[in-house]
Amino acid sequence: MSSQNTILEMRSITKTFPGVKALQDVTLEVSRGEVHAICGENGAGKSTLMNVLSGVYPHGSYEGDVLFEGEPCEFRNIRDSEHRGIVIIHQELALSPYLSIAENIFLGNEQQTRGVIDWNATNSEAAKLLARVGLDESPDTKIVDIGVGKQQLVEIAKALSKRVKLLILDEPTAALNDEDSAHLLDLIRSLKGHGITSIIISHKLNEIAAIADRTTVIRDGQTIETLDMRGATPVSEEQIIRAMVGRSLDHRFPERTPNIGAEVFRVEDWTVHHPIDTTRVVVDHANLHVRRGEIIGLAGLMGAGRTELAMSIFGRTYGAHISGRLIKDGKEIQTHSVGQAIRHGIAYATEDRKKYGLNLLSDIKRNITASALGKVARWGVMDASGESRIAGKFRTDMNIKAPSVDVITGTLSGGNQQKVVLSKWVFTDPDVLILDEPTRGIDVGAKYEIYTIINALADSGKAVIFISSELPELLGICDRIYALSTGRITGELTRAEANQESLMHLMTMEKEAVR
Amino acid sequence: MSTSGTTTTAPTGSPSGSSTANMLKKSLGGSLRQYGIIGALIVIVLLFQVLTDGKLLLPNNVASLVQQNAYVMILAIGMVIVIVAGHIDLSVGSVVAFIGGVVALLMKDMGLPWFLAVLAGIALGALVGAWQGYWVAYVGIPAFIVTLAGMLIFRGLAVIIVGVTVAGFPEGFVKISNGSLPNALGFVANRDVVTLVLGAVTIAALVLSQIRTRRTLLKHGLRTEPLGAMVAKLVIFSALIGGLTWILSGSRGGSPIVLLIVGALIIAYSFVMGRTVFGRHVYAIGGNLHAAILSGVNTRKVNFMIFVNMGVLAGIAAIVTTSRAGAAVAAAGMNYELDAIAACFIGGTAVTGGIGRISGAIIGALIMGVLNMGLSIMAVDPAWQQAIKGLVLLLAVAFDLVNKRRVGGR
Ligand SMILES: Nc1ncnc2c1ncn2[C@@H]1O[C@H](COP(=O)(O)OP(=O)(O)OP(=O)(O)O)[C@@H](O)[C@H]1O
Ligand SMILES: [Mg+2]
Repeated sequence: MSSQNTILEMRSITKTFPGVKALQDVTLEVSRGEVHAICGENGAGKSTLMNVLSGVYPHGSYEGDVLFEGEPCEFRNIRDSEHRGIVIIHQELALSPYLSIAENIFLGNEQQTRGVIDWNATNSEAAKLLARVGLDESPDTKIVDIGVGKQQLVEIAKALSKRVKLLILDEPTAALNDEDSAHLLDLIRSLKGHGITSIIISHKLNEIAAIADRTTVIRDGQTIETLDMRGATPVSEEQIIRAMVGRSLDHRFPERTPNIGAEVFRVEDWTVHHPIDTTRVVVDHANLHVRRGEIIGLAGLMGAGRTELAMSIFGRTYGAHISGRLIKDGKEIQTHSVGQAIRHGIAYATEDRKKYGLNLLSDIKRNITASALGKVARWGVMDASGESRIAGKFRTDMNIKAPSVDVITGTLSGGNQQKVVLSKWVFTDPDVLILDEPTRGIDVGAKYEIYTIINALADSGKAVIFISSELPELLGICDRIYALSTGRITGELTRAEANQESLMHLMTMEKEAVR
Repeated sequence: MSTSGTTTTAPTGSPSGSSTANMLKKSLGGSLRQYGIIGALIVIVLLFQVLTDGKLLLPNNVASLVQQNAYVMILAIGMVIVIVAGHIDLSVGSVVAFIGGVVALLMKDMGLPWFLAVLAGIALGALVGAWQGYWVAYVGIPAFIVTLAGMLIFRGLAVIIVGVTVAGFPEGFVKISNGSLPNALGFVANRDVVTLVLGAVTIAALVLSQIRTRRTLLKHGLRTEPLGAMVAKLVIFSALIGGLTWILSGSRGGSPIVLLIVGALIIAYSFVMGRTVFGRHVYAIGGNLHAAILSGVNTRKVNFMIFVNMGVLAGIAAIVTTSRAGAAVAAAGMNYELDAIAACFIGGTAVTGGIGRISGAIIGALIMGVLNMGLSIMAVDPAWQQAIKGLVLLLAVAFDLVNKRRVGGR
């Protein structure tokens, strides 16, 4: 099977963690110059397989063989694999925020003469690499000052600087909006033109259909099949899904007949300034309302101010000089602290679960109860068994894949971490639930489960505010959608009125007008 | 609701073999580290027992080991909380000297009854803690800086008020650290009955609480550790407590009073950290500060309370130390902060916060204590003692890291 054309072969890879067999006899074969997609549910073992390949898990900590360009590899660490031209860009970007783009690109690989950095070479080489990835930024811009989409491009520029032959991208577009995603996919295509092979992990099946030459599907740590995407009959998304979950999914979005009641929550004239540059208006006189049993969506491009709007409402955890009124059940409320917001029945599930959502050092049960300890404590003393019981129920209801609720959340796969975050906020029993990109990095099956959970929450009378960068998802779930553009609400569309075009028009409105 | 056809209930990776040793290992899983450190403590004790020709475990030596190292344990309890929350406290040594001086002067110059002076010392500790907590929690200055300043400030104040030494205290005060519980129940075979009873009660309480926890878990159909593992664990701990009791009951006075104080603090703080909302908040803050804030934890208040608490414990340590020495000394408490911090790290507290247990820090403190005692009995030069303790700290943490890498696969 290994032909001249094969760049990588992984043979019967088995990797176990204490209590979990993450990979079992997995085989992967990648041809030179192709874009090879890997699909699978959350926790299927995709990231683990790539960590084995790139030496994050050193040789000896797994069983099986890795052959790169026909030679067996025994990587002890990432450096070893990078020397051979294998570069991995992780699910969580690994850039140093206060260093410049150029410094990040050459981090660990500095342009130097005897230990002294050659800044001219650094910056000029970086500029060349930036041009190759199509990033229009100065090399000395700091990473904190650019968005996630651009950071992703910096990561790729960094990979290129290492003379990459095989580029591995673990969910590269999960945090990107459509525009940035499209740009990234174009870039991968152009790299392919330059002979660079890519492995891309993604839960966005439309992207995979668009870019992949072949797709390997992994389920429960085992290779299910490798699909040829460029064959005579095109592979449908349904076909991939069937391989991923073991059966077909009839609908992407669960059916729901909304039962909408009285208004619960209203935001009036809400204005938020940037916390550091306080002259910059981030949210500009926003007005919105949501009713009992209703799911409203917030659509917007990266930087439109959706997260900022949500976080400023939620205990003023973002922003400065916040003004405006919040009205809950007809009465004005104050949410100066998170505690206050939670007491008023507002919950906010963050878009960045690792940084803001979870205590990764702690277990599932302690994370689930973290926002409502009062419900499992009496006189300040925890009811330990009650806590385990409640967490156990969430584990079953939300289908969190873990052997028990005592598992440390840091070891869970991304999707399962997200379910823990959701459980945590559902446990606070809020009236208004703000979900910020709740399906980011989540597989199709689990997405469906999460939509079902959201629907059930709405049906139980809760008001849901749903922030998402995926328009089909907003269109499939929401009763009403607000579009934001550069901090302003530019329009409001009902389910019947909304479609991709009308939303996109509103989301880009301000931008065009300004130019 | 489950759309994925995969198994979620089937246990993954069933353990091979089911010998007791295997079960024990499995049930200890997460806390393996904790038991590794107990093993290290036992090894060190046995080592010194041999090196000192059996002198280490002589009853009177064990009693004075407890009395001499009570301060490390008391400070380590507070320090573990501080470090778990992601801070550090460099000032405790100076605070001990300062409060010790104030307590001494209250008794000597103001003629305050000793128990009132003790209460005043604890209150002053709270005040000192509130001072430092204010800067850390409400102003947002890193604890390293605030307590570094505190280290200088309170050492300076101690020298100012004490001069060099203040001595001559009421007997009741001196007894705190030098006295023992009265042998109210007489002796059996030359052993203090009060001590034996205390030991028996402790073991009984331990066994009962374990059984009760297990019952509740079973009642609610939750996972429990295998019975064999629990029994093995209880046997080991009971044997350790029993052994200590037996030795102490043969000492000159029986149970040292400080042992009771330290024991009460250990139990109380283990409860606080393991079972209360406050303890949970401390772990949440240290584990991920942002997530804690977004979960509605009042991080300022918790941080403030952590330092107030550290101050209170420093106050208690000051009383214990001053009582033990029979005098307040301006240079008292030198390097105590380092002893306490070292005890925490030997006991498995994570440098970056979020992880750490009271029991671990106590065992760390005991390791330091046994080293102190053993090396002194062997008449090792104090300079060498210090170097050896430093090396032990380094090795303990290195052992921890290697262990984690092996188990964690990362
Ligand atoms: N360090 C670890 N310790 C223990 N278990 C782990 C560890 N890393 C991963 N696992 C487990 O291995 C399995 C595979 O995880 P992996 O991260 O590879 O999934 P994934 O396919 O990348 O999922 P996602 O799409 O959610 O990112 C999961 O069950 C996960 O809980
Ligand atoms: Mg992954």
